[in-house]
Amino acid sequence: MVLVLIGSVIGSVGAIFLKLGAHAVNRHWTSIAFNWRLAVGIGTYLVSSVLFVKGMSNGQLSVLFPLVSLGYVCTLAWSRLFFHEPITRVKLAGVGLILIGITFLGLGGR
Amino acid sequence: MNPAATSSEPHVIDPAKRRQSILIVICCTLLVGISQYLIKLGANHLSHAGLLSTAMGIFTIPPLFAGYCLYGVFTVLFVYALRNGELSILYPLIALSYVWVTITGVVAFHEPMNALKVSGLAVIVAGVAVLGWGGGGK
Repeated sequence: MVLVLIGSVIGSVGAIFLKLGAHAVNRHWTSIAFNWRLAVGIGTYLVSSVLFVKGMSNGQLSVLFPLVSLGYVCTLAWSRLFFHEPITRVKLAGVGLILIGITFLGLGGR
Repeated sequence: MNPAATSSEPHVIDPAKRRQSILIVICCTLLVGISQYLIKLGANHLSHAGLLSTAMGIFTIPPLFAGYCLYGVFTVLFVYALRNGELSILYPLIALSYVWVTITGVVAFHEPMNALKVSGLAVIVAGVAVLGWGGGGK
């Protein structure tokens, strides 16, 4: 359970680096090959995936699913902090609905 | 690139490109759905494995390997989409993959479908629709 929670937070951090890296990409191939931000983003994604596989292989879906979706809430905060993307009502409503839906799914999967 | 340069970018993104990014990510969730199905298939072999052998399993267990390759394709497309979109909109859209995973589970594995699951799917789709439509404008 802790593994999945850590995994989802790490995954949302990875998305920040992917976004940073995405903006550093241009037409020159070196911008992809020597893009440390993309590398860090993909690396953190891999770590979170390993944690997910490990955590998901034995655990209750009804608890694990909502934990995974907490990563989306973290992303709202990170995006505000690092990219100054406003936290709008639309985003809160959308993420809120997704959280509720995933919780229902987890409960239904028991 | 300094943080100040990136910070102002979301506000000058062309709405058409923004909508394109949202569409790309929504299509991408199909890939995630397929890859998560494969990963779950492979993860079943690993219920008693340690963290290291789990990591090794990604390369030695075919469904796991195929799942992660598809995930790689998804990542490339996601990074491409991130160039013209807000992270706070695009990242939660990935939740749509839960819908595909659940449908795959019911169709492929004959997992039981119940009222809770159906309403969960409906609420997720509603959330994605709110983000997609609300985030494409402005």
